[in-house]
Amino acid sequence: MTEIHTHAPDDHDSAYDGLLVNDAHWAFGTDFEDPLAGVDTTVPDGVDATALATYCLMLGDDALVLSQRLSEWCSRAPDLEEDIALANIALDLLGQARLLLARAAAADPSVVPALPEGSPVPAEDALAFFRDADAFRNVRLAEVPNGDFADVVVRVLLFSTWRLALFERLAASRDAVLAAVAAKGVKELAYHRDFAGRWFVTLAGGTDESRRRLLAALDALYPMWPELFSAHPVEQDVAGAGVGVDPSTAADSANAVLDQVLAAAAVARPDRAALAGVRGRTGRHGFHTEALSRMLAEMQVVARAHPLGRW
Amino acid sequence: MTVLTTRADDARAVAAEVTDPELPMLTLADLGVLRDVTVDDTGAVEVAITPTYSGCPAMATMRDDLVRSLNEAGFSDVRVKVALEPAWTTDWISAQGRAALAEAGISAPGTAPTHSGPVPLTLGPVRRHVTCPRCGSADVDLTSEFGSTACKALYRCLSCLEPFDHVKEI
Repeated sequence: MTEIHTHAPDDHDSAYDGLLVNDAHWAFGTDFEDPLAGVDTTVPDGVDATALATYCLMLGDDALVLSQRLSEWCSRAPDLEEDIALANIALDLLGQARLLLARAAAADPSVVPALPEGSPVPAEDALAFFRDADAFRNVRLAEVPNGDFADVVVRVLLFSTWRLALFERLAASRDAVLAAVAAKGVKELAYHRDFAGRWFVTLAGGTDESRRRLLAALDALYPMWPELFSAHPVEQDVAGAGVGVDPSTAADSANAVLDQVLAAAAVARPDRAALAGVRGRTGRHGFHTEALSRMLAEMQVVARAHPLGRW
Repeated sequence: MTVLTTRADDARAVAAEVTDPELPMLTLADLGVLRDVTVDDTGAVEVAITPTYSGCPAMATMRDDLVRSLNEAGFSDVRVKVALEPAWTTDWISAQGRAALAEAGISAPGTAPTHSGPVPLTLGPVRRHVTCPRCGSADVDLTSEFGSTACKALYRCLSCLEPFDHVKEI
């Protein structure tokens, strides 16, 4: 006897049917958006709230801007594995940025740009999408255009070596939120640094062309290395209050790690002058290369066109 | 008092059964992201969860799933809060969770590294004792330290030739 199987309309044989029932499973349109929900965001005693917020913007903007640059690599890396690796690193940095910008807003709500009444945009998104370039406090290493694969390897190596050295110290912050973000960030940045360090050695010892490109990338980006260790008054201020890190105190350990990579790759440290600022003012002061405003124009255009938009 | 304790146990039992949106073979409790469930004397439930990675995109879904499950179990007032400290470690994945991962073809993490001083740079090959979750072979090759989600590395088995995910140690 032939068995004829008929599909009743409520059989879930089609993959799409499963999507149409039990909508409660989907997270769209929820209001659970505060990444610091329930976290104690009291500003520690003796700490200036605006200084703490500004410091959080600095560290948050570093991560946000480099995350955006790394996201531009999506679908353009030499192979699928590296594409996924760069997207993963971008996601880790975006997560760090979100927590840090939310912490900035909680410490001093006056740093958050005002939006039209009724806007559902959370504070960390207002900071990311509604500030102009001169309000961003990131180091310039995070913002310069991408270049080739050697450039991204060198940039991630320099950035993660520096940030890991900072976060190892920041994990002892008197601010519980910064301490927690740093302790978690250390674990993530260790993977980023190893990824970039291995590729640095691989490209240096690969073909003449890969080595040529690696050296060119190092020459181009190394002038932005000294800026990473030059302390802005706000950084000195929060370091003095025991909530932040003076980046100059991380220079020795970061340089020791960089020397290890350079030695393994048989590459000499470039003899290049530091990239000048404007009368000494650099990324931390809001003085950027013109590349940042172009990058932000693309990153922010949709959010700015719909300040009342719900996503 | 006894009644409240029972309510807390009930709420804890419901929350512990909610599964991870990205690793649905694991409950949030087995993954170690469910940190605390308390019920106050008004019957309000407070659940604390911690992100696996800073950029974990599943947090909002986890919160929604927790609220929905607890609502369905009769707890109408549910708050989910974020616990950032201590940072999540793969050491918190339970034995049951590890078995569920292996059953689903995902290699479970080894012991997470601990450092007393600065994290050492590792330029050499990654050393892990990983076996293929499908055929059990130890002849495996790391394809990438980054995989389909933030918490996984990508391997391939050189015996059965299948690719597989490994939850990396943090």
